Amino acid sequence: MNKSADRIAGKCDAGKQTLEAVAGNGLIDRRALLGRGVIVAGAMGAGLAPSAAGAEPLTDGPWSLEIGEATPPYQLRSKFEAKVVRTLSNPDNEPRNSHARTPHHLLEGTTTPNGLHFTINHGGIPAIDPDKHRLVIHGLVKQPLEFSLETLSRYPQVSRVTFLECGGNSAPMFSPEPMQETVQALHGLVSCAEWTGVKLSTLLEEAGIDPKAKWLVAEGADSPHLSRSVPVKKALDDAMIALYQNGERLMPGNGYPMRLLLPGYEGNMNVKFLRRIKVVEQPAMSMYESRTYSQLLPDGKAYRFYFLQEVKSFITSPSHGMALKGPGLYEISGIAYSGAGRIEKVMVSADGGKSWAQAALQDPVLSKAFTRFRMPWRWDGGPATLQSRAWDEAGNVQPTRAEFVAVRGELTKPPPVLAFPNQHYNSITSWGVATNGEVKHVYA
Amino acid sequence: MSTRKRILLAASLLLATTATVSLAETPHLGKPLDEAAIANWDISILPDGTGLPKGSGTSAQGAIIFAEKCSACHGDNARGGAAAALVDDRKLAGISASQKTIKNFWPYVTTIFDFIRRAMPFTAPRSLSDDEVYALTAYILAENKLIDANDTMNAETLPKVKMPNRDNFIIRFPDRI
Repeated sequence: MNKSADRIAGKCDAGKQTLEAVAGNGLIDRRALLGRGVIVAGAMGAGLAPSAAGAEPLTDGPWSLEIGEATPPYQLRSKFEAKVVRTLSNPDNEPRNSHARTPHHLLEGTTTPNGLHFTINHGGIPAIDPDKHRLVIHGLVKQPLEFSLETLSRYPQVSRVTFLECGGNSAPMFSPEPMQETVQALHGLVSCAEWTGVKLSTLLEEAGIDPKAKWLVAEGADSPHLSRSVPVKKALDDAMIALYQNGERLMPGNGYPMRLLLPGYEGNMNVKFLRRIKVVEQPAMSMYESRTYSQLLPDGKAYRFYFLQEVKSFITSPSHGMALKGPGLYEISGIAYSGAGRIEKVMVSADGGKSWAQAALQDPVLSKAFTRFRMPWRWDGGPATLQSRAWDEAGNVQPTRAEFVAVRGELTKPPPVLAFPNQHYNSITSWGVATNGEVKHVYA
Repeated sequence: MSTRKRILLAASLLLATTATVSLAETPHLGKPLDEAAIANWDISILPDGTGLPKGSGTSAQGAIIFAEKCSACHGDNARGGAAAALVDDRKLAGISASQKTIKNFWPYVTTIFDFIRRAMPFTAPRSLSDDEVYALTAYILAENKLIDANDTMNAETLPKVKMPNRDNFIIRFPDRI
């Protein structure tokens, strides 16, 4: 027996067939997940295997007995996956904004498929002819310049994986009582993709940015001509003009044919359908920055220029609306991310925060990107409250809900679930598991 | 320093210089434009009034335009409909954005002009003349009792209107600006 097997086997309770418990209510050492699957199976399986006697003989499905369908030029997912869709706030395109939320509870890994990436649009989705689209950079520059999609494609391209999150994601968590909604409804306005394009600093250098410049005013070609002010500091750091999303051109709802990408910053600032950047000395105080995404505080003042999407995590499985099918081994799995850098660690609790254990982080752990965490858990059939809490490399820690509410306040009554009258919620989400296995949203 | 070392040092300095230059090198495919060519697109307005166009309007003119082009969504006399009320006397209470009104929250008057001009009417953005946008801005301000009913709004008078909530904001992350 090797050392690791020794370690695990040595701490196993042979009678109950349990692995090393690392925190209360059934959390098991995450190292059980890391290359020790055989040991886990052995330890878990002994004495638990159901009888094979009387099983039905295997038969062939019709698909194994006939030729399949033709290969399409652009393949779509299986028709059996039709229920994995975004939820829509405005399916009939009434004259108001329109949101589509990512179904995190039905997805795995860290990449959001393009068809399921969240979108918010404020005047429908424009049908932009990519050959006619232009990006203009002007204002405090030596030479105003115009770029087409074709010319931008000639510039050195860079790729980076980054999450995008609406400033209003998780707004239902400001409710004074836990809203009985899925992780999609609560946290569906965040997604993660690989974006490829041109570094904004390259274009600003070419135009000759004036040292007096402090802000950019970015504007879209959509009907509201959506406009946001962005500090030059961010523009010269890691901003890019994104042309590709997970390897293909941007989805129309995500800004086709080009968008501003500001890794880690509030979604609304990542202006889509980008057509103009004006370099200026002061922020424009556009409606979205001076009103919508200025966050009211309990004392009547408001935060302005929040920018950052702070460190956050939530468990996607098990989560609200799921039902556990009897006691046994489950994997608690979820997403963590921070606009300030890499995820340093994620702790998980199964007893409402009384005890915590460190989750395994799935590689790669990238800066300002989704990080998948996993935690083995033996559910004993009793009540459990599952929580996750993330730390980032800058030392920021996800607050508890009580800590968060003490500073930021909460609403006096539950808000409409599809509205987001509050922004920048990043504290802990709790899922309560009942003895019948049903999982519900709770505050703990 | 030996001659050999001097040569190496000179070479490395040269390399460093070359590297710096190549960092700033771009394909230079941007097409030069002058600001006159951009004028139709340049609708940015800054809170000090920079960018405000020529033209003017009054509340009385704005009332007529509002009834025709805005009231279907924003309600009669801008008191609210399918879209938000633009004239509203409520005080801020609580942290819900539903409490925010132009009068109790919007910090800069230029934002009203800017948003109408770039985004309204919802179904026909950029269809209003600058005079009409001034008139609608004057109408909203006068109905909210933020200017006198007879005040004319133009590039000089508009930025002088101080919104009541202007100084009630905290920059969340000053070091990021």
